Amino acid sequence: MSGSILNAENLHLWRAERHVLKGINLTVNGGELLQLTGANGAGKTTLLRALCGLNHLEEGRVFWNRRDVREDREGFHAALVYLGHEPPLKPDLSGAENLRFWTGMRRSVSRTAIHEALVTTGAGEFGTRAVRTLSAGQRRRVALAALLLAAVPLWLLDEPTTNLDSDGQELMATLLDAHLASGGLAIAAVHHRLAIEPARVRELNLLA
Amino acid sequence: MLQSPAALTAPLMAVRLLITRDLMLAFRRPEQLLHPLAFFVLVTTLFVVSESPERATLRLIAPGVLWVAALLAALLALDFLFRDDAQDGTLEQYALSGQSLTWLLLGKTAAHWLLTGVPLALMAPLMGYALGVPASASVGIMLTVALGCLALSFIGSIGAALTLGARRGGVLLSILILPLAAPILIFGSQATELAIRGERYLAPMELLGAIVVLSFTLAPLAAAAAVRISLE
Repeated sequence: MSGSILNAENLHLWRAERHVLKGINLTVNGGELLQLTGANGAGKTTLLRALCGLNHLEEGRVFWNRRDVREDREGFHAALVYLGHEPPLKPDLSGAENLRFWTGMRRSVSRTAIHEALVTTGAGEFGTRAVRTLSAGQRRRVALAALLLAAVPLWLLDEPTTNLDSDGQELMATLLDAHLASGGLAIAAVHHRLAIEPARVRELNLLA
Repeated sequence: MLQSPAALTAPLMAVRLLITRDLMLAFRRPEQLLHPLAFFVLVTTLFVVSESPERATLRLIAPGVLWVAALLAALLALDFLFRDDAQDGTLEQYALSGQSLTWLLLGKTAAHWLLTGVPLALMAPLMGYALGVPASASVGIMLTVALGCLALSFIGSIGAALTLGARRGGVLLSILILPLAAPILIFGSQATELAIRGERYLAPMELLGAIVVLSFTLAPLAAAAAVRISLE
């Protein structure tokens, strides 16, 4: 996992008449967190979605381990997890069932592994309840378990601490620390800076 | 492009998992399963009520009535094919799962057929009976409706993916898909008519089969492209 590197060169993206991404360059090495900051509407979410290929870039290229991601889109996707504003969970399934299907699409996971991940993110007690009955913060904890289960080098996180209580914010920092220490990379769009060892963190401020 | 067996098992596992999940969801929330079926029963019953009660007349129009009702019922359900997944963000996760989106949408569409096409096919002989069709034609009706719905599910998956961005996609979807569904209707009702008369219905069935093969191979590719656009 260590030695992975993500580069982006000269990213441009237009939304109708609005020039959202204006020539963004970035590099993230293994063990580093890149915090994207900026006002609402500055393009943090758009940049995250453009990096993983959900939004189409007008110009610019993204490299994963020095290979253009368009050469091997599925290989790149297999190495990343993107967590957006809303956790992608089915309300009628339990947290554990959601994780079984969500992570199972990437690799096979055992029930015990799912249970352990849920316990780690503090969702052990409500992991078997239908997601419909969970609070927004509890859903977020279930989604964080998916990050652990996927076991991939690159995390793309959009406001990962939204709806989390102070315990949850600490948990997010601990999870990120462990991920970075094992050589993983992360890019997070944040309003409140995460409490991570400053040596590992870099910041990219997007201007509206 | 040739793929090694190992490269094929991963997407097939994902497809199996997706079908399992969709069946599980459908049984936890059975409305979506029952609505098209109820619609189908209602429409055919209306024909029985409004037409002259002579069995000969009813039997004459039976293939057309069964097929139009089944087609509209299946079309009604198509609107939901990708909509839930698009709303809760799971569709995005399919696109980022590292598996081929084409395969995954093939799985979604197959699950959709199992949940709408198969129940409609099982119900069709019963409604045929109400329209004066002899019980001997049951197997023929079931087979033709099941095959026709399979083709419609695949062709419809393109429309369902294209209309994801539209706020009220239902009518637009019908306008897009009905012209493409006309051959299914023609061969399907012909096969049913032959089955009702007790004749061999293999020829129109083979043509239906050809449509299934064509849509099965091409539609998931087109649907995947349309889904990617809708995710922007």
